[in-house]
Amino acid sequence: MSATLAASERAGQASPPHAPVLQVRGLVKHFAVGGGLAGGGRAQVRAVDGVDFEIARGETLGLVGESGCGKTTTGRCILLLERPTAGQVVFEGQDLTAMSDSDLRRARRRIQVIFQDPYSSLNPRMTVGQMIEEPLAVHGLAPDPARRAARVAELLSHVGLLPDMALRYPHQLSGGQRQRVGIARALAMQPSLIVCDEPVSALDVSIQAQIINLLEELQETFGLTYLFVAHDLSVVRHISDRVAVMYLGRIVEITDRRSLYDDPQHPYTRALLSAVPIPDPVVEASRERQVLAGEVPSPLAPPTGCVFHPRCPMAVAECSRTVPPLKEIRPGHHAACIRLEPALPRPLAERSQEQAASNDR
Amino acid sequence: MERLLDVRDLRTEFATGRGVVRAVDGVSWDIMPGETVALVGESGCGKSVSALSVMRLVAPPAGRISGGCIYFRGRDLLALSDAEMRQVRGRDIGMVFQEPMTSLNPVLSIRRQLTEMLEIHKGLSPAAAHARAAELLGLVGISDPERRLRQYPHEFSGGMRQRIMIAMALSCEPALILADEPTTALDVTIQAQILELMRDLARRFGVATLMITHNLGVVARYTDRVNVMYAGRIVERGSARAIYARPRHPYTAGLLCSVPRLDAPRPAKLVTIPGQPPDLTRLPAGCAFAERCPLAVSRCREERPELDEVETGHLAACWRTAEVTKELAA
Repeated sequence: MSATLAASERAGQASPPHAPVLQVRGLVKHFAVGGGLAGGGRAQVRAVDGVDFEIARGETLGLVGESGCGKTTTGRCILLLERPTAGQVVFEGQDLTAMSDSDLRRARRRIQVIFQDPYSSLNPRMTVGQMIEEPLAVHGLAPDPARRAARVAELLSHVGLLPDMALRYPHQLSGGQRQRVGIARALAMQPSLIVCDEPVSALDVSIQAQIINLLEELQETFGLTYLFVAHDLSVVRHISDRVAVMYLGRIVEITDRRSLYDDPQHPYTRALLSAVPIPDPVVEASRERQVLAGEVPSPLAPPTGCVFHPRCPMAVAECSRTVPPLKEIRPGHHAACIRLEPALPRPLAERSQEQAASNDR
Repeated sequence: MERLLDVRDLRTEFATGRGVVRAVDGVSWDIMPGETVALVGESGCGKSVSALSVMRLVAPPAGRISGGCIYFRGRDLLALSDAEMRQVRGRDIGMVFQEPMTSLNPVLSIRRQLTEMLEIHKGLSPAAAHARAAELLGLVGISDPERRLRQYPHEFSGGMRQRIMIAMALSCEPALILADEPTTALDVTIQAQILELMRDLARRFGVATLMITHNLGVVARYTDRVNVMYAGRIVERGSARAIYARPRHPYTAGLLCSVPRLDAPRPAKLVTIPGQPPDLTRLPAGCAFAERCPLAVSRCREERPELDEVETGHLAACWRTAEVTKELAA
């Protein structure tokens, strides 16, 4: 089970034959803010404003964007931790938004979550063993205590922790170890989909790499599907098969990893990629950078038309009037920008050459 | 040229329930006028405590500076009285912290926070201080300064608050700014704006900067010289170009390998540094990195290596430095 083999297997899944594990359709989440008890004058925060995507089995979809773009809310809506204002979350063929609470509880066992800060998501008064055991008992996955203890030990070894860690409390663990416990607890439920919400952003770089490798190994071993929500574009590139870029509640670009990073189309994606400093002074000295002016507008009063137009270097008058739909610019490459024209099909020979050249990407 | 700041054998420790934490364990580094120097390392390596020590802001009774000297323009800051030190803080040395919301006073207007320093340190009249405050806001790219001066910190976004912190740090025309993770809490497009602003202003006014960060990309883009810290000590120092081209300490090599890079082919697996940093209350006798080091030999566990010159201007604290290559960990 070498890492290269896994990578080539994943690459082979570019067009999955089976039904997607998750389909998100027209997802909208508005929060009412402000106003008094009377309810007058309340404003709407349009946190997620019409998001569609699918994730195939065994695939990792990266969801990137800056604070307030709605990526975390999208994840929480998929987990039904927030009730979507509109839209469907279809998980393994069933619409979670239409389910009764008891059905939802059962379905939700198969969708787990790993949070950013493992310390605040672990109970400080419970041992690691108790925390992993509890959901096993609740869901009846290992009814007798002896089986549960064995299962806890097994789960700990899956995430690279020694069995005696079961007796420790969260404060006795390092940040990396806490995140491993969070992962073990998610795995305990034998999920098919895991929503990873910034799972490595609170960790130091040397530990970050350990956790990313662990997530990839577990995906391979258990056939997991990941929605990987993060703001770090380098990390997302490493772990994702496909990537969706969000801005102010909408997906502005979605495509496979290679196209997004080698040939970004949306001006926002381009600006984001250009803003990431490369850890190499020689590369940095010769790199042309495009610093985006201004800040992300408030989702309370998003701009008219394309929400990115006030900061966009390519904007024309029309951009402030028309909301750009996501359209296919290249096969499998969607972007929401009226300034982009679908590329004309190029000669096949040229494309296959490029394919060969970028195979190591 | 004379050194602006010269830190020698600095030791800062904290008394905790588990014993004495030697957060900074004998470090020496310096900054020349106008230079941008990085202090880079992971959580708990002592980089922030180093900066707090320079400002003498290590909180007693738990924390204390137990040894060393900090020469600023030839004067040892550790020998100054509290009153003299207050003159240095803010006037000669400015600070920018990671989280601007917790460093700004939430109940005072921006005007009050900017003019206070100008009146105390520069002896400006209230009217002159107000005019200067408005000018400073313009300098850091905040439009409509007159209106903005009347506002409070919560009325600004994270990036705008950090611009205000920079305006405050620059207000008394310091010779040095200590910037502790100034953009870590900010989004990547805002991070780029703030770092470009800091660099432009530092060049324009000839201010030296100590950039404390864990982000190796930020170090590569914005700094001239780099100090890499691990477990309270400096393990490598050199020009940014030399360190990135050929790291001479296995920890630096491991760090550089473990970050995924946007400009390089995607590896099937990330290189990791195994294990985790040591407990600072129980530092080993030898090299603190030996436990995690792929090159460690028995000498490394017994004898602590000192920072030693491997090439002109490039130092490493490692017995095996000749064996270190960039692809070491891979």
